[in-house]
Amino acid sequence: MDAHASVGHAELEIPYNVHPRPDTGVYNAKLGIWLFLASEVMLFGALFSSLILLRTGADSWPRGYDMLNVPLATFNTFILILSSVTVVMAWSHLRLGNLLKGRIYISVTILCALIFLVNKGFEYSHEFREGRFPKTNNFLAIYFTMTGLHGLHILGGVIVFLYFLGPGAKMWAHDPERYTNRIEVVGLYWHFVDLVWIFLFPILYLM
Amino acid sequence: MTDPAAAVEPGVDVHEHAGIGDPNAHHHSPEQIRKEMRVYVTVFLGLAVLTAVTVYACYGLKLPVHTAIIVALIIASIKGFLVAGFFMHLLSEKKVIYGVLILTVVFFIFLMTLPISHHANPFGS
Repeated sequence: MDAHASVGHAELEIPYNVHPRPDTGVYNAKLGIWLFLASEVMLFGALFSSLILLRTGADSWPRGYDMLNVPLATFNTFILILSSVTVVMAWSHLRLGNLLKGRIYISVTILCALIFLVNKGFEYSHEFREGRFPKTNNFLAIYFTMTGLHGLHILGGVIVFLYFLGPGAKMWAHDPERYTNRIEVVGLYWHFVDLVWIFLFPILYLM
Repeated sequence: MTDPAAAVEPGVDVHEHAGIGDPNAHHHSPEQIRKEMRVYVTVFLGLAVLTAVTVYACYGLKLPVHTAIIVALIIASIKGFLVAGFFMHLLSEKKVIYGVLILTVVFFIFLMTLPISHHANPFGS
């Protein structure tokens, strides 16, 4: 009976969850996240393309720093870069077999993400108080669209990190390699979100 | 010589957990992983400095628009390379990932050239 149950469980296991597939050389989740990120490049790429179209087609275009809070956005950029390094540090500590330090670095990453979102909230509320809304002009329309979408990605990352910090961490007890891979995968997503901001910040605030 | 096991916290089974995650790093010793961590910190410092340089050049010096665009995009590209190359490990990734990214870059370039084709369209105006 037990032997049958064991065989059944083995058959149900998703293959190449931890170890690389021989044909691709990577485990499935890693290829999956890169395909997802490719679709994300297209999503943000379409918006960057729209921005170029709007800007080059406009008679006049405001300099971002005349309207937006550059010091706060600069601080947010540092925070996001810091969160990127804390993710790779978490992954590295997990590779070393240290769950505690891994979780500490994941917590710092979540904290950084929340600080980013709170600052963004301050920025938005300031714009609204000044009577600047997405409908005001094309610059603000694309600003709110792109930063809003980016903010949603930050929020999505926070939810995933919270899962792996809380209930998802149980995976470590029975499959530490798989848990470590999951943190690498969510880390790749997080670095992409950082990468988008690296271009959004100068294009919207400094040009 | 440093014993790799000595670099790991007490109670941690080095041989069970070391070198996992990155398929290219299955045989990485704890010492190699710690070396990578120092690289990550260095990259972080580089990103922070480049951010400060961008803000100083474009916001502090109030460069003309065209100059600001060129400076900001060059620095952003360097920062993007650092994040993608080191944090996302694209400097030592598998061919299948490069294949996905090459296809992505082709379509991304197409997206970026759409506005140019719009302005070059003689029937548009």
